[in-house]
Amino acid sequence: MIAQGTVHKYGDNVDTDVIIPARHLNTQDEKELASHCMEDIDADFVHKVKAGDIMVGQANFGCGSSREHAPIAIKASGISCVIASSFARIFYRNAINIGLAIIESPEAAKEIKDGDLVKVDFDKGIIVNESQNKEYTFPPFPEFIQKIISSNGYLNAIKEGKFND
Amino acid sequence: MGMTMSQKILAAHAGLERVEPGQLIMANLDMVLGNDITTPVAINEFEKHDFDKVFHKDKISIVLDHFTPNKDIKAATQSKQCRCFAKDQAITNFYDVGQMGVEHSLLPEKGIVTCGDLVIGADSHTCTYGALGAFSTGVGSTDMAAGMATGRAWFKVPSAIKFNLTGKLNKDISGKDVILHIISKIGVDGALYRSMEFVGDGIQNLTMDDRFCIANMAIEAGAKNGIFPVDEQTLAYVEGRGERTPAIFTADEDAVYDEVYDIDLASIEHTVAFPHLPENGKTPSEWGDIVIDQVYIGSCTNGRYSDMEVAANILKGRHIAENIRCIVIPATQQIYKDCIKNGLVDIFIDAGCIFSTPTCGPCLGGHMGILAEGERCVGTSNRNFVGRMGHPKSEVYLASPQVAAASAIAGKLATPESVKGE
Repeated sequence: MIAQGTVHKYGDNVDTDVIIPARHLNTQDEKELASHCMEDIDADFVHKVKAGDIMVGQANFGCGSSREHAPIAIKASGISCVIASSFARIFYRNAINIGLAIIESPEAAKEIKDGDLVKVDFDKGIIVNESQNKEYTFPPFPEFIQKIISSNGYLNAIKEGKFND
Repeated sequence: MGMTMSQKILAAHAGLERVEPGQLIMANLDMVLGNDITTPVAINEFEKHDFDKVFHKDKISIVLDHFTPNKDIKAATQSKQCRCFAKDQAITNFYDVGQMGVEHSLLPEKGIVTCGDLVIGADSHTCTYGALGAFSTGVGSTDMAAGMATGRAWFKVPSAIKFNLTGKLNKDISGKDVILHIISKIGVDGALYRSMEFVGDGIQNLTMDDRFCIANMAIEAGAKNGIFPVDEQTLAYVEGRGERTPAIFTADEDAVYDEVYDIDLASIEHTVAFPHLPENGKTPSEWGDIVIDQVYIGSCTNGRYSDMEVAANILKGRHIAENIRCIVIPATQQIYKDCIKNGLVDIFIDAGCIFSTPTCGPCLGGHMGILAEGERCVGTSNRNFVGRMGHPKSEVYLASPQVAAASAIAGKLATPESVKGE
């Protein structure tokens, strides 16, 4: 799998309340959630994001509430992959469970700039910053998590009997 | 190498003799929880993947507490979806308006969770039940759907940080000050992916409500769970609250911890987390003059009876400052009734507060106390992120019920000592 797009960069502790404010949690509609994604810290995001773009955060990305609406809103806005130096744990498992690609890479998260063009090769475990001509490697997910990713989500993996034993 | 409390509970529920930090396991769940925001997403996933029946009708709890009594048509539609699902699946622990309370106060109160349980909840503050010596953690809606379908969840076994609590809290200092102090010390990602295990002689001096409050905010330090050992107070609390049998898990003598913090409870002062992170804890000498517009006393962190009682003791015979709205919300119907029975409601209303039916409402900026641009609220809740209680340019100051009540009287951030005898 390859992800490629323009970077939208944010700082430390991007919380789920700013990814999707609770006032919009009275809907489960992905498109509607996406239309409010990041609005409290970056009102322009929804206007400038293009399909395939990449979101970059710093430490503790996705902290706060357990709302799965947060990774759903990011994914439905067109973001193909989130790179951060670290992820809050509930966001991390929610992203994996719903099939939003995420990568922990402190170095890449720090050096990539807003607006850079970045390509991620998940099979090779490489992030290429095409704007800065730099490469970063990241380790593959554990086999257990790869089962979820290869089924495009946790419930699919269960249905396919990958966790029967 | 020995195991921590958390690791022992996970091992027992995974049918393993031992587990190691970092190990990925599948474990059997005692309880799967959701609310009116997260459950609809879980139901959609459950149905989309053609699961027919929940794994156990008694081991699922659905509590309609966030946008209820429903704030708008969309919220009402989500509640209706939960109601229909609960009826179809004959869910035993379904709590609708009239019976519901703020979920993390309700489940322990009703005896639905007990010591030694493994609990997941599609709500980040599910970590609250660690006060009972349970391993409980917040997850998302997909995990809730999988939990409802299979009775299992995947876990990465956490390592742990030990907090050795000694001594006794000073008057009007509570569990809220302890956890805000700890989060200020270690930061909002200080316990990321890890357990916070609270031990030491000081535990016996903390009430169950203090412990619920401390465990509740473990997530605000990024923790997977927060957990207390089971003692006589815990067993006295769970006794007679239901048919569940408590199980006691104790950390091994040679359990390994990533870090150990020694905390003298007597050294803790009133602590308030300033905007916009729970780690921005400040003690009174650092507060300055913070003029406020609203006070909110309630939530899964501080909506229990003892919280109502300490606030009422400060507000008794007094009146809140001009131009302040003070919103008091008991967490459950039982607490609501106890407040009526013991005259607390009269005290609140005579002081100029409002006293509401249980709801999570204002804590997450849902309803019942949204802030306008530029407004400031002292809240006993758990998060003060940008826009948490309303406008992105509003501010939330996280505090104990003592400080919140005193601030309502003073019209600015204040200690209970400073408003006495005014």
